[in-house]
Amino acid sequence: MYIFSKIENNKNGDIMEKKLYQKLVMEHRPDEKRGQNAVIAFLIGGTVGVIGELLIEFYSYYLELSRADASIFMIITLIFLASLCTALGFFDKWVKFAKCGLIIPITGFAHSMTSAAIEYKKEGFVTGLGANMFKLAGTVILYGVVSAYIFGFIRLIVMGGA
Amino acid sequence: MIYIYSFLFAGFISMIGQLILDNTKLTPGHITSLFVIIGSALDIFNIYDKIVTYVGGGALVPITSFGHLLIHGGMVGASQSGFIGLAMGMFDLTASGITSAIFFSFIFSLFFRPKD
Repeated sequence: MYIFSKIENNKNGDIMEKKLYQKLVMEHRPDEKRGQNAVIAFLIGGTVGVIGELLIEFYSYYLELSRADASIFMIITLIFLASLCTALGFFDKWVKFAKCGLIIPITGFAHSMTSAAIEYKKEGFVTGLGANMFKLAGTVILYGVVSAYIFGFIRLIVMGGA
Repeated sequence: MIYIYSFLFAGFISMIGQLILDNTKLTPGHITSLFVIIGSALDIFNIYDKIVTYVGGGALVPITSFGHLLIHGGMVGASQSGFIGLAMGMFDLTASGITSAIFFSFIFSLFFRPKD
């Protein structure tokens, strides 16, 4: 519909108004699909959370790490697995199925970076891969740092550090 | 018991993201940015810290923990060297995640081709 709204000469009258088209789309969109998506996202996201907890327990038990170190190991493991699965080509299908169940966990961060890196490699290593790798992950880092700086300032003033 | 809490918390966050994605025009990029901001906002009064001790790994997996770890690292730096420490320690805890994501992405992009 974005393409349609850009066309100016509508001689045949087959280009709809944007609002009318939106109304038609909303009427024909199946409602039960949304509930199904939410349930799938809940189940997959929860499973990833349990895997994270299991990995923390595993690392802190077998490698005798503290819980803080084990959680860093867990995050690295999940990032590694997500990057590998993206590179092998089947993570895209999983994301298409689970949507936010895999985008909201840290796996989505790794997925966006690896898929951008592989996608833009053919345009060159500096102008392609280097310039486009952070296209999606960059917003996360940018808004994370800005908000953490502002809220950190507030926390320092209100609570005096700690 | 901690596994059930992990499942419920991580699933709940993902479900909220999915509901926002389905019912508004926001893209996944908007949603992840929003969740990072929420994660660091919850840490102003130590709320996310309490969730992490209660829920465990389930609270560290969603992207909200990225904001939590950023502000947490900043606070550790600030307790050592004041306001400038906030910037010095900001990436201390997330550095491992960002570094490994960059490294693995680059290495895998050398060996694999895009699949359609």
